[in-house]
Amino acid sequence: MKSSVIVFPGSNCDRDIAVALEKFQIKNQMVWHNEPSLPKSDLVVLPGGFSYGDYLRTGCIASKSRIINDVLKHANKGGLLLGICNGFQILIETSLLPGVLLRNKNLRFLSKNIFLKVININNKFCSNYKKKDVIELPIAHNEGNYFASDELLKKLENENLVAFKYCDKKGDVNEKSNPNGSSNNIAGILNNKKNILGMMPHPERVIDSILSGEDGSIMFESLLKSQ
Amino acid sequence: MKISATVTLKKEVLDPQGKVVGQTLKDMGYKNIVNVRQGKYFDIELDETDKEKAKKIAEEICKKLLTNIVIEDYTINLK
Repeated sequence: MKSSVIVFPGSNCDRDIAVALEKFQIKNQMVWHNEPSLPKSDLVVLPGGFSYGDYLRTGCIASKSRIINDVLKHANKGGLLLGICNGFQILIETSLLPGVLLRNKNLRFLSKNIFLKVININNKFCSNYKKKDVIELPIAHNEGNYFASDELLKKLENENLVAFKYCDKKGDVNEKSNPNGSSNNIAGILNNKKNILGMMPHPERVIDSILSGEDGSIMFESLLKSQ
Repeated sequence: MKISATVTLKKEVLDPQGKVVGQTLKDMGYKNIVNVRQGKYFDIELDETDKEKAKKIAEEICKKLLTNIVIEDYTINLK
């Protein structure tokens, strides 16, 4: 499996995701945002960070980068596309995923471990998880408050496009376990074809039992299995 | 030609920054503050003399980059 990690000015999780991909024998290339074309890739990752210093709106300027044309082509052909944290914000700004990410409800930058309930396992990113699995991943963001109209929320729920929801240790999805005010506790969503996943938590930071745990490893194992 | 654009969150979208500014003003003694909404202001200089054309370009700029039309509204002023 071949992957490309797009590096924007201000990306800061690009090395972490590269380490994670390589650990799971995915052949990765780093691709600068101003490159005219994307190398042959099965998976493209938009990493976390603060692309363009979050100017104008988070992810907005990055979504107009030169490489994005090829990323759009890749995604429209059904290629796998993963956006983590700032990468999720960029996916929203490119309109590849619907809704919007607002500032956290409590106006604080959140950096902590949270629990997630795996809602959809019928996609190439999550197939090795079990449905309703409760996993622990870190979040580190200021604009992660997923906002969608009632109509869109209904569509996401009915068509099973929600990948993850914030929950507590027992797996209860409630207001108390919602760190940032996201509608319906949504932490990650898929597109209709389920080849694009955007999520605020960081699976790439949880791939080693000695350092942090292995709840993120399962995503990379799922991806590897999909090929 | 000079154009200005103001971008604000739509009425139905929560504006936590505006809320905090409003509350702070109340705390400072401005008891008659009812509501504050925070926005962004852009001054744009355009090499264009035709008013209609300038307005069209400004609309385009606002829709394509300056505004996220899901949550924000914009107003354009031609000077």
